[in-house]
Amino acid sequence: MHRFANPARFLKIARWLTPVLLITGIAIALPALVWGLLYAPADWLQGETVRILYLHVPAAWLGMMGWSGIAVASFTEIVWRHPLAGIAARAMAVPGAVFSALCLATGSLWGRPAWGTWWVWDGRLTSMLVLLFLYFGYIALARAAEEAGGGSGRVAAVFGLVGAVNIPIIHYSVIWWHTLHQPPSLTPAMLAGAKSPMAPAFLWPLMASALGFSCIFGAVVLMRMRAILADAQAEARLRRKALNVSAGQDGAE
Amino acid sequence: MREALMQWEFVYAAYALGAGCTAALIAHSWLAMRRAEKRRDQVRGK
Repeated sequence: MHRFANPARFLKIARWLTPVLLITGIAIALPALVWGLLYAPADWLQGETVRILYLHVPAAWLGMMGWSGIAVASFTEIVWRHPLAGIAARAMAVPGAVFSALCLATGSLWGRPAWGTWWVWDGRLTSMLVLLFLYFGYIALARAAEEAGGGSGRVAAVFGLVGAVNIPIIHYSVIWWHTLHQPPSLTPAMLAGAKSPMAPAFLWPLMASALGFSCIFGAVVLMRMRAILADAQAEARLRRKALNVSAGQDGAE
Repeated sequence: MREALMQWEFVYAAYALGAGCTAALIAHSWLAMRRAEKRRDQVRGK
């Protein structure tokens, strides 16, 4: 991991990985959405609205993964002071917030015809809304640290770590509190070979969509990391030039 | 319930929102990256 903390080495990899992830993500997500919209079957209970699943679940997954990534990067920044870890955490904040907002909006559009209401103060919905507010707080803190002179943003890093407590709450909310939201469709146990409660006709387009959106998320994070890094490099060079000019003037006096 | 009869409108709205937000996020991130890297190269060239 320490090997990739070098910005030059990171840029060398990110330059080819960004378009690869973006093109792969679009090439997988777009057919998966068409599959879900036009060819996947309707649900016997929820009817056509079940098609919102192919957007809603990947958005929820990426909203949670975004904050998990922020927590890991923040931990790395605090413990090992990796120069790239703080940049990675900041780069994940906006896409994570967008996907969390998308999860809430698509969930609301699903809830109206399925439950008869746009919103309910259910454990899952409320903890997801808290996650969105945590993203807003993190973005404001990271921006304030940047404007205060590009400091290490340790306050934002601590906030990123503390906010991670909400991730297991979101995941287990549908198990702890039985309200309107259905139990989880994708569980960590599935990685160990456990059977999904979902029929394969729904599961495969969902997995494809989640994979495609994850690649897009990765590409967006790399783009934002490259932008933050390029800005920092330009600022550092301008500052060096200004110092050289002022040192030259002092020498001439 | 009226919504039960027009489920497709909710599905289309969700897909339009999802596609629009994702496209806007990609475009914004791409343009920010291009702008920042161009500025860095200009500063290096000065």
